[in-house]
Amino acid sequence: MKILLVDDSKTMRNIQRSVLSQLGEMTIEEACDGQDAMSKLSSFQPDLMLVDWNMPNMDGLTFVKTYRTKNKTTPIIMVTTESERSRVIEAIKAGVNNYVVKPFTPDLLSQRITETLSKLQAA
Amino acid sequence: MDPNYISPFIASVQNVFSTMLHLPVEVGEPDVKVEPTPTFDVSGIIGMSGDVTGSVVLSFPLQTALRVVSIFAGAEVSEKSPDFADAVGELVNMVSGGAKGMFQNKKVAISCPNVVIGAGHMVARLKDVPCIVIPCATDAGKFVIEVAIQERPANAGQVGAMAAARA
Repeated sequence: MKILLVDDSKTMRNIQRSVLSQLGEMTIEEACDGQDAMSKLSSFQPDLMLVDWNMPNMDGLTFVKTYRTKNKTTPIIMVTTESERSRVIEAIKAGVNNYVVKPFTPDLLSQRITETLSKLQAA
Repeated sequence: MDPNYISPFIASVQNVFSTMLHLPVEVGEPDVKVEPTPTFDVSGIIGMSGDVTGSVVLSFPLQTALRVVSIFAGAEVSEKSPDFADAVGELVNMVSGGAKGMFQNKKVAISCPNVVIGAGHMVARLKDVPCIVIPCATDAGKFVIEVAIQERPANAGQVGAMAAARA
């Protein structure tokens, strides 16, 4: 399983990495913003992406919209402090498959990753 | 400032610290800050723009910040490491983001965080916006949340929130 973590906070990427390590064998790549993620995608094709919203250079929503013009299937979980209902709807319309509001417990993130991947396998 | 804007920050800081750090936060009586006075040694700063503008600061004495960051990051982190500022920035990001989510019927955007490290620094804020200080105490030490925000007047243009800091 190949995962791309897109978050401008290294601390947050480390926490996500630690949660993912409990779920099995993973190859993890990291990007510090949407622009960095776009460049990483030329050499790394993930099976799942965890994407923050508020980031410098290219925010998560813009990244998702740009990515979805080329790839409609790779699942994306938005992991963000943006908790308003209108923001969640905006993200889902842009092509996000699942949503986790920061702060989160390791169990919650783990559960969202597992359910996102299960839906993909069932499809 | 409308007191309804203070309780979201109290709820949010308690939620962030209990969820991510397993650290209960005891909140004291909020008070108006007399400017200009220095904050603590380490400040995470976030700007708000949209229907509500201004700044939010999480400010820690260095020893508290070192303890809080080590719990959050899961390892000892020196204040000289970029990871230290990263962790403080992510904490103020989560506290501000959580609070703005509790504002009723307001469209608010938050900036990416800035972090200032150094004893005696002062944070310059929007003029004529009172700053409310919310004292917080944890087992890792004391810190404060400084909230200086206002509702954007209906006829106001696009005003970005600015939080300039000088060390």
